[in-house]
Amino acid sequence: MIGASTKKKFNQRMRDQLSAYLYIAPFFILFAVFGFFPMIFTAWVSLHKWSILGTKTFTGFQNYKFILEDPYFWKSLYNTFSIWYISTLPQLFCALILAFLLNQSLMKGKEFFRISVFLPNITSVVAVAIIFGAIFGQHYGLINYALSFIGIDPIDFKSSVLGTHLAISSMVMWRWTGYNAIIYLAGLQSIPNDLYEASTIDGASKSQQFFFITIPLLRPMIIFTIILSTIGGMQIFAEPLMFSGTGGGSQGQGLTLTLLLYEEAFARQAFGYASAIAWMLFFIIVVFSLINLFITRRLQSAE
Amino acid sequence: MKQSAGMAGSKLGRFSIYTFLTAITALSIFPFYWMFVIGSNTTASINKFPPALSPGSRFIENLGKVFDTVDFGRAIINSFIVSTTATLCVLFFCSLAGFAFAKLEFKGRHFLFAFLVGTMMVPSQLGLIPSYMIISSLGWLDTLKAVIIPGIANAFGIFWMRQYIASSIPNELLEAGRIDGCSNFRLYWNITVPAVRPGFATLGIITFMGSWNDFLWPLVVLKDRSVHTIQIALKNLSGAYYQDYSMILAGTVLATLPILLIFLLFSKQFISGLTEGAVK
Repeated sequence: MIGASTKKKFNQRMRDQLSAYLYIAPFFILFAVFGFFPMIFTAWVSLHKWSILGTKTFTGFQNYKFILEDPYFWKSLYNTFSIWYISTLPQLFCALILAFLLNQSLMKGKEFFRISVFLPNITSVVAVAIIFGAIFGQHYGLINYALSFIGIDPIDFKSSVLGTHLAISSMVMWRWTGYNAIIYLAGLQSIPNDLYEASTIDGASKSQQFFFITIPLLRPMIIFTIILSTIGGMQIFAEPLMFSGTGGGSQGQGLTLTLLLYEEAFARQAFGYASAIAWMLFFIIVVFSLINLFITRRLQSAE
Repeated sequence: MKQSAGMAGSKLGRFSIYTFLTAITALSIFPFYWMFVIGSNTTASINKFPPALSPGSRFIENLGKVFDTVDFGRAIINSFIVSTTATLCVLFFCSLAGFAFAKLEFKGRHFLFAFLVGTMMVPSQLGLIPSYMIISSLGWLDTLKAVIIPGIANAFGIFWMRQYIASSIPNELLEAGRIDGCSNFRLYWNITVPAVRPGFATLGIITFMGSWNDFLWPLVVLKDRSVHTIQIALKNLSGAYYQDYSMILAGTVLATLPILLIFLLFSKQFISGLTEGAVK
């Protein structure tokens, strides 16, 4: 009797193992083929002069040396960081305030405000780029129309570096502020109310509560959104392609790292060089994420 | 109670909260409105000072021009095929794997799950070129398979479903099923799936939107007009007739409408699912 039941249990364990591996297999197979292998193979391709037809010559780290000497690389690096910076800092700050206000207990119409601030996030980047391209148009754009009321001459956003970065950043901000606010809101709702009540009894003001309770307890969410916007911001592609066109415009004012990677690979068919850019991009994302993580952690211990 | 006495309590405080929220809401919604304003007027009425600021009556006419310029109908059908298939596959494969990670004991469970979460940090651009080579050597270029197959299971979806299943299905329920002689797949299909419908709704919308709005990968592997998705068609539309804003924006309205309707239909569930999922 005992033997039979242990045997049964053993069988069950075997069955569980087998089904589990079977159930998780699709993802791991897919990741092996379209994730892991390409990642490693990119490194291999980056050590070659590699054309689309498959002819290849081994060149060692030559491509990486070329990148460091390539003015377009430095330009695209500058543009990527500039756009990231202009779009991310105001965006996360605004999202934080928005979430705080949406969480006020007396709020009426909560549902409506939540849904409408999230709405921009569902539109495609292509659509956003088209709409904002029209809004930032030189001759008849809405921004220039508004500026004309305060006596400012029409600005040619597309041809200036700062104008292009502002236009692209505003697309990113419009699309992501509400999303981040909803993530923060989730964090706010998980903070127990007793904390606020206890601190009110101790005589804490609203702003003290915000800086000493809300911000520290929201830190995991803040780290999450900063990492997410770092990864997203470093990969920005569709907005500059749509707004500035091929090559990122006449002076490369909209050329970002991923746009450079795309054009080297699929316009110039320089697979080796483009692969080296891909690894540089990955390296930059990792380093920059770690720096951001470090800074966010520091903020925590400063308190 | 005292908490409400601060900023939100005073009349001035409440007034400024509503002003701020209304301003943000207006900023969020205005571009949608303006897209329809341009899409329903003539380009000439936009290109004057002051520009038209209310919807016109030429939306259908502008749409007609869209369909004459690019094969928008084909692109919408393609996008529906891709997004629907991808969503159904993601829901199935990710919940199945999520079930395994949440409820089945197996060797390497913790390691494999940590590994899976780690893969989310790898940017997809890193493998863009070899992925293109693989698709090319499989002969899948210019087929919808090229955009569907690589996306039928993803780390985020599995992570999401694991969290959902772990917190909403009690182990006793599965034990009871076992005693009744259910196989693991029946425990998944007959007990787990019906109980995690809300989790499906949120993941389903995220996946559908991501697939509908995907741009870089389709741009790389779908060159032929007959397989273009809606985003590629939209890019071509804006590239080909750059000046005809009314036509371009009419097309943009049409490309945004399906996703907008789906979102508004499920928005309540979606937002609460998202906020719950984020803190789990």
